[in-house]
Parts: sequence; C-alpha cells; structure tokens
Amino acid sequence: MAKVLMKGNEAIGAAAIRAGCKYFFGYPITPQNELPEYMSKEMPKVGGVFLQAESEVSAINMVYGAAGAGARVMTSSSSPGIALKQEGITYIAGAELPCVIVNIVRGGPGLGGIQPAQSDYNQVTRGGGNGDYKLLVYAPANLQEMVDLMQEAFDAADYYRNPVMMVGDGMIGQMMEPIEFREMPSRFELPGKEWATTGTKGLRKPNIINSLALDPAELERHNIHLQAKYDAMKADEVKYEAYNMENAELVIVAYGTTSRIVRNAIIDLKEQGINVGLIRPITLWPFPEKAFDLVPKDCKGLLSVEMSMGQMVDDVKIASNGRWPVHFYGRAGGMIPTPEGVMEKVKALVGGAK
Amino acid sequence: MAKGKVTFNEDICKGCGLCTTACPVKIVTMDTSKINIKGFHPATVFEMDKCIGCANCAMMCPDSVITVERF
Amino acid sequence: MSVVFKKTSGLTEKETHYCPGCTHGIIHRLVGEVLEELDVLGETIGVAPVGCSVLAYDYFNCDMHEASHGRAPAVATGIKRVHPDKVVFTYQGDGDLASIGTAEIVHVAHRGEKITTIFVNNAIYGMTGGQMAPTTLIGQRATTAPLGRTAEHSGMPLRVSEMLATIDGAAYVERVSVDTPANIRKTKKAIKEAFQCQIDRKGFSIVEVLSTCPTNWGMTPIDSLKWLADNLIPYYPLGNFRRPGEVK
Repeated sequence: MAKVLMKGNEAIGAAAIRAGCKYFFGYPITPQNELPEYMSKEMPKVGGVFLQAESEVSAINMVYGAAGAGARVMTSSSSPGIALKQEGITYIAGAELPCVIVNIVRGGPGLGGIQPAQSDYNQVTRGGGNGDYKLLVYAPANLQEMVDLMQEAFDAADYYRNPVMMVGDGMIGQMMEPIEFREMPSRFELPGKEWATTGTKGLRKPNIINSLALDPAELERHNIHLQAKYDAMKADEVKYEAYNMENAELVIVAYGTTSRIVRNAIIDLKEQGINVGLIRPITLWPFPEKAFDLVPKDCKGLLSVEMSMGQMVDDVKIASNGRWPVHFYGRAGGMIPTPEGVMEKVKALVGGAK
Repeated sequence: MAKGKVTFNEDICKGCGLCTTACPVKIVTMDTSKINIKGFHPATVFEMDKCIGCANCAMMCPDSVITVERF
Repeated sequence: MSVVFKKTSGLTEKETHYCPGCTHGIIHRLVGEVLEELDVLGETIGVAPVGCSVLAYDYFNCDMHEASHGRAPAVATGIKRVHPDKVVFTYQGDGDLASIGTAEIVHVAHRGEKITTIFVNNAIYGMTGGQMAPTTLIGQRATTAPLGRTAEHSGMPLRVSEMLATIDGAAYVERVSVDTPANIRKTKKAIKEAFQCQIDRKGFSIVEVLSTCPTNWGMTPIDSLKWLADNLIPYYPLGNFRRPGEVK
C-alpha cells in the first residue's frame, strides 16, 4: 500500500470509512473542521451519510439514535463541543451502544483558544457525564498510529458495546504526515446486533434502547454489569510504549504529540550523560499502571509532562503508589513544551548534567 | 332490542369516568357497588339493551378497558 | 355480533402508569391504531422522551428508543438516516419539545426530516410535578408560577404549530384535541395523515395534541376535559396549518 501525505483530520476520516463507519454527525468547531468537511465529501461516495447537526448536543444524540439502529457511527469535535456532548455520551454508555467520538483538544477553559492542548484529560478519562461509566480512550502520538488504531476503535466499540474516544491534540488534527492504510486483522470476534432498532417485522418482540431504570436494584445490577465490562477493558485493552527504561534515573510520562517532544529531549539528555526513560500511554483509559513495574527501583522520580496545568500527573501518582516521587512539567493554553524546557526541568530534578 | 354491547375489562379501569361523558344514550356509569383490583370503582353499563354500539365510550377511554360489539 | 372496537395490537399488554383520566392514554391508543391500520408496526421505530411518557417504550408495540430530555428529534434523525425505509416517530410532551428541545424540533422541521412527531401539549410539566411550561397559559397556576403565569415575568405561551408551519420542511402541521369523541376521531385522522406524509416521503410531519393533566391542573378528569375546551382551545386554535404541497 503506497504512503500518502495527509492532514490529520482527513486521515481520521479516511481511516474511519475504511473501518466501516457509514454515518457521521458533526458540527463545525476549530481545530477539527477538516474532518466533517472530509466526511461531507467522502461519505456519499461509500453510500454513507454525513449530516451537520444544529449543535453538538444534537449531533451526539443523532449518533445515539444511529448507534441504537445498529450502525457504525462516529462524531468528532473539540473540547468545548465535547463538553456539550457529555450527556449524550453517558446515555450511549448507559444504553450500551457502540460509537467512536474524536476529540481534537484545544486550549481551555471556557472558549479558550484553538491551539493544541491536553487539558481534557480528566474529562475523557473520568467521564464528563453523570454516573459510573467509562470510555475506552486512545491517544495516538502520530497519524500512522491514529490510522492504525481507528479500526480497533470501531471493533472495540462493537465488541464492548461502549463508546470509544480517540483523543488528539490540535497538532494531530492539523499536521500532515505520510501514512499508509494497512489491512489489519480484527482482534475481536464481533457479535451480531440483534438488539438494534431495525423494526420487528412481526418476527420478534420489540427491541428497546434505553438507559432508564427507575428501580434502584435493577439500576445497581446494571451498574455491576457495566463495571464488569470496564474491568475486562482494564485487563485486555491497555496499550502503552516504554522507551529507554534501562537503568533510567528519571522516567517521564507523556502521551500524544507531547511524547515526541519528550523523546527528543531524552536523546539530547543522553548525550549529556543523563539517562531518562519514557512511558507513553496509548490508552489513557485504562491507564497503563503495569508499565510502572518497568521503572528501576532506584529511579529518582517520575515526571508527568503535559500540555495542561497537570491532570495525568494524578494518575501517575496513583500508579507510582508512593514508590517514587512524582513531578509535573507542562505548558498550557496552546503553548507547546520545547525539548529545552523539558531538559531544564529534568536537570533541576536530577541535579544537572554529568 | 339493543344494537350494541360493551364489555369492560374491569381490573384495568382507573375509575376516571371519561367514558361516562361520551355516551349519547347516557347508560355508561361508575359501578359504585364494588371496587376493582386497583381500588377504583370500575365503569359499567346496567341498561345494556339501550346500547347503540357507537363506541364513543371506548373512544374516550385512556386505558382500552372497553370492547364494543354491534349486532 | 361483530366487534367494532377492541384494544389495538399497536399497544403492548402493559397497563400504563398514567394518572386516571390522563389523555396520554387516548393519544397512545390512537398512535397504536394508526400504525396497526397502516400495517407498519413491524417497520416502525419510536422515540420516547423524558416526561410523563418516558415509559412509552413499554407501551408501543414496536422497536423503541429512549431519548434524553428534548433530544428525541435528533435521536429519530439518527435512526431515520440509518433506516430511511422505516417509519420513525417521536412522542413528546410540551416540556420536552417546547422548552429544552426547541432547537431539535425546529431543525428536524428545517431539514424536512422524514419523521413524524406526536406533540402532546397539556400546558404543564407533568412527570416532575406541575411546573410551568412554555405552553402554560397566562394566569394558569403551576408549582413554579404559584400566583399564576404572567406575561410580564415569563412571556406569552408558545404556539408551536404556528411557529413550525413557517418552516418549509414542515410538510404537515396540525393541531387537534382529545377532549371529545368527535375531536378524538379528528385526532386519529390527523395522526394517520401525518404518518402517511412520512411514508410518502413528503417531509417532516407533526401533530400537536391538546391533552389534559388532571393531577397537576388540580381537577377531576372530567372537569379537565371542560377546562381544556374552555381555556386551551381558545388560545391554541385547532386546525391544519400546513399540508404537503401547500406553499404557505
């Protein structure tokens, strides 16, 4: 398969269509506009439907309807738009429906800015909607990884009957990189969708897509059932990358495009005799806690580097569980950390170049 | 000779009385001599011979309690 | 001896939870009868709202989807776009449609979405215990308008059918009432015409049905019918506002 140079947002669209997505409901918001634009051009070519909704609230509820009707369906937005979709997302999780939601994160809070950020970490990993639910959350660091993960995102959504989120920051959406669409066998044995609203045709009892359960005992049973699903995801769906962990005196935790900046800093630091490792979560939820077993016992500490004021750092503390001190370095509002900035922070922690 | 006949699924009736407003020959009434499983006086007809089978009562019923037959 | 009226197969066996005398039950039955008579029950997907009819998914004898408050038209859009050949309807109250869901209902009309909406207007929030709705009349008391609604404080009641009839995509818009057998027959005719408009792919169709709420109006079921006739109908005139092919 030949490599093709594509813009992130469009590569997401292409990958989703290749993964069998036939329905896209979206709404304009920078910096993800190229994705709905791409879908408006390409969906009709594959007999799919692109529809621009009147708001993100409506868009996610169209996704909720289409998913209940048994379709592979997707939406995308950016931070404030994802905030508007939270109620819809918890309904989709509560009703156990599959869909993929792309969040191209921008600076916040409030209207914020349109530059890249990672300040939605808490919202996407802890859930911005009500109730005990989880999303399977992927955070690719480059376009190739994102394209490769898209097939798995739709398959995992169908397998677990749960919304899956693909998180990119503004850079993932806006930059162009050569990518290759590779045929990847599905990891999952996908069940049928006999639960979908397709019309009884007089052959079966009505299907009901619903997340309401007024009887508390019934709702608790439902929550226990959902929790079992999330425990299965924790057991089987964690993805991460560990880099240069051999006798690392400090280990940085970073994801998405930030991890690429950190990688450059690690290479430069090595030349200055400072050996720093990297743990790169690819799934933000479930968080790769086991990766921290790779951290050398005598490591001086962990450093969470994020484009935010510090959100993943809490999960790093949980994963560290007191074994190592945990530090944070970040830029916010759309400012992007530099390798030099990271190196400076590392030196401050490990006591300068050797 | 009655032209119609109505039967009431009494235990479904909520005793709201809407049907009594709709009968053109004024024979639908609430049976205050008994209560149904829900504790309501169910609707009934005592003078069935006057029933003309127009189904107005069934039309007015929110709970599909009434079945109407016509001779 | 022939049966001229019996419970429609468009409804399930489940007894409804509605208060005694609440005319939601009548409207449910009419929708069930129309779907049965059009012989589309096996091809129909209904969307239930949040409100008194939140449990409607247990009552309609077809595939059902429970939407969040106000969003049924968007959910129905998603379903209809996936199954353009199926019959899709929403069943919504006035709190759901005329308040939180106004954007959604305006835009399914605006897009000419080929779905049918059954809009039950009883001028109050029923399920949550009688709060004022955008359709609550001036002077009408509600738990959030204890001294009666005033235009100065919260505006004039919203006439949804007239509003939607200005939108070209709304191919069929009619307001009816279920306070008398005669009006109920007209309501059934309107509901059938609305679903036929969808089946003929003419565009969006909506039937606004004036309905009672004995419990929260604080009246007997029979008095409620009279109050509806004397108060709701004058402010919300019955009739057709738009038919397919008509350019208003």
